[in-house]
Amino acid sequence: MVAQRMWQEHELKDQYDVVIIGGGVHGLATAYYLTQLGVRNIAVLEAKYVGFGGSGRNTAIVRSNYRTPEGIAFYDLSVKLYEQLAADLEFNVMFSQHGHLTLAHNEKGVTGLTERANTNQLMGVNSRIIFPEEIQRIVPDLNVFGHSRFPIQAALYHPPGGIIRHDAVVWAFARGVDRGGGHVHQKTEVTGIEVQNGQVEAVVTNRGRIKTKAVLNATAGYAGIISRMVGLEIPIETHPLQAAVTEPLKPFLNSVIVSSTLHVYVSQTDRGELVLGAEVDDHASYSLRGTLSFLEGAATHLLELFPHLANVKILRQWAGLCDMTPDYSPIMGGTPDVKGFLMTVGWGTYGFKAGPASGYLMAELIASGKTPPKLEPFALTRFYEDRLVGEKAAASVSH
Amino acid sequence: MSFQIDCPNCGCRPVWEYHYGGTPRQRPESSATERQWAEYLYNRPNIAGEQTEWWYHRSACKLWFLVRRDTRTNQVLETKRFDGTAVTSEKSEKAVQSAE
Ligand SMILES: Cc1cc2nc3c(=O)[nH]c(=O)nc-3n(C[C@H](O)[C@H](O)[C@H](O)COP(=O)(O)OP(=O)(O)OC[C@H]3O[C@@H](n4cnc5c(N)ncnc54)[C@H](O)[C@@H]3O)c2cc1C
Ligand SMILES: [Zn+2]
Repeated sequence: MVAQRMWQEHELKDQYDVVIIGGGVHGLATAYYLTQLGVRNIAVLEAKYVGFGGSGRNTAIVRSNYRTPEGIAFYDLSVKLYEQLAADLEFNVMFSQHGHLTLAHNEKGVTGLTERANTNQLMGVNSRIIFPEEIQRIVPDLNVFGHSRFPIQAALYHPPGGIIRHDAVVWAFARGVDRGGGHVHQKTEVTGIEVQNGQVEAVVTNRGRIKTKAVLNATAGYAGIISRMVGLEIPIETHPLQAAVTEPLKPFLNSVIVSSTLHVYVSQTDRGELVLGAEVDDHASYSLRGTLSFLEGAATHLLELFPHLANVKILRQWAGLCDMTPDYSPIMGGTPDVKGFLMTVGWGTYGFKAGPASGYLMAELIASGKTPPKLEPFALTRFYEDRLVGEKAAASVSH
Repeated sequence: MSFQIDCPNCGCRPVWEYHYGGTPRQRPESSATERQWAEYLYNRPNIAGEQTEWWYHRSACKLWFLVRRDTRTNQVLETKRFDGTAVTSEKSEKAVQSAE
């Protein structure tokens, strides 16, 4: 039997109704939901291969315990779509909702998390403050009562949070696009966008020119390069985010553990490896090189939480590019400056969990021309109108 | 270590000793529109290539100075005091090599 390909290769057509730039979770999810709405003459253009960007490099945390009502409503929709995604796409995306704990080590931390718990509950999201005894019951191996520089005082507990198999999500969406009649073009790099009288007319690629009236920028770390092709400046700076993985261990850690004070987070995969990470690198960069200083910092801080991991070996480390916005919230929608130029960018260090919701709502926007209410708070114009959606406290170490 | 920066006072030191201060920007006149102010506050050139940036030697001499760097490779091409005098030393040659 010949192995069946997940998606087909096609000739590049000279016209598509919608051209989506970027074969990550956001581009592919938008394309998939467009086919579900009957918009099928569409193409996803990916410079390298599907999942080359953040979508193949992230630490796969999915949660909705954000800080602002706008953020919570949005990410909650994404968690719900993820819960049914394996059934929708007929592919096991291995979504493990084993719980998510954000630790507080001082009074300020406890106050911030309490405020988040309250807003989460008002928005119907399962999230509450728990104290050391309960934390220890949920994570028996965590250093809650032993010696520590910054003893744990409380945690924001979010039972529906967890981890997912990010590669499976991306592949399944790509297959979904293909089955729905859309084209997924790998090794197809966009080098220019033609605009006439303020309207997008064509996209130029290394494989030829495509006529189209609608382009979606879904290129995350590369978003600034694409938007400059239509002369649009956006409030985004690209920073690397690093992560590392240890050798596999027997399962001992069910929940995702995050500590902003210690600048570290960790989870255990189904294969037993520990995945750990921290915040973005301080400086802007397009380099994908990892650094020893990241590894030293993350490992040192992890040992404060789990001292018994002292002899565990690191298997590998890597970096991905993150499109950071000033308020740690995404930018979704169009721009009054260029008709037909849409974006779903600014996904920073936290956008994998948002793929289904952003794809679903962006597809609705593209198909109907009307902005769904859940997207409105995230318009580019919020920066000109002083309506920032501040999520830094809930998203700088927690991704 | 990913790369080193040649501080005008201290010489080549690892990047984690420094704080990145972004690219220099021109503050608008007070008559600027709200949109011009927002663009000044929030937009970033975010160049994939060479750009000049502020850096601060946080862990040592506390000097703010200018660095020309290729953001694709982190190669440091030049460091300057903020009055514009270039800093060139043997050490900065080494910094360039280690970034490659
Ligand atoms: C180490 C790390 C850990 C993370 N952890 C989490 C987490 O736990 N939870 C979470 O929710 N998020 C996390 N994130 C963030 C998340 O990975 C991203 O926000 C998300 O994957 C962005 O998806 P995307 O589809 O927008 O872009 P990407 O997946 O980055 O895809 C963009 C694509 O655009 C392509 N492209 C660029 N330029 C062009 C061009 N000119 N022409 C054609 N194609 C082009 C690129 O090749 C790339 O494949 C993490 C990120 C990193 C790096
Ligand atoms: Zn110095």
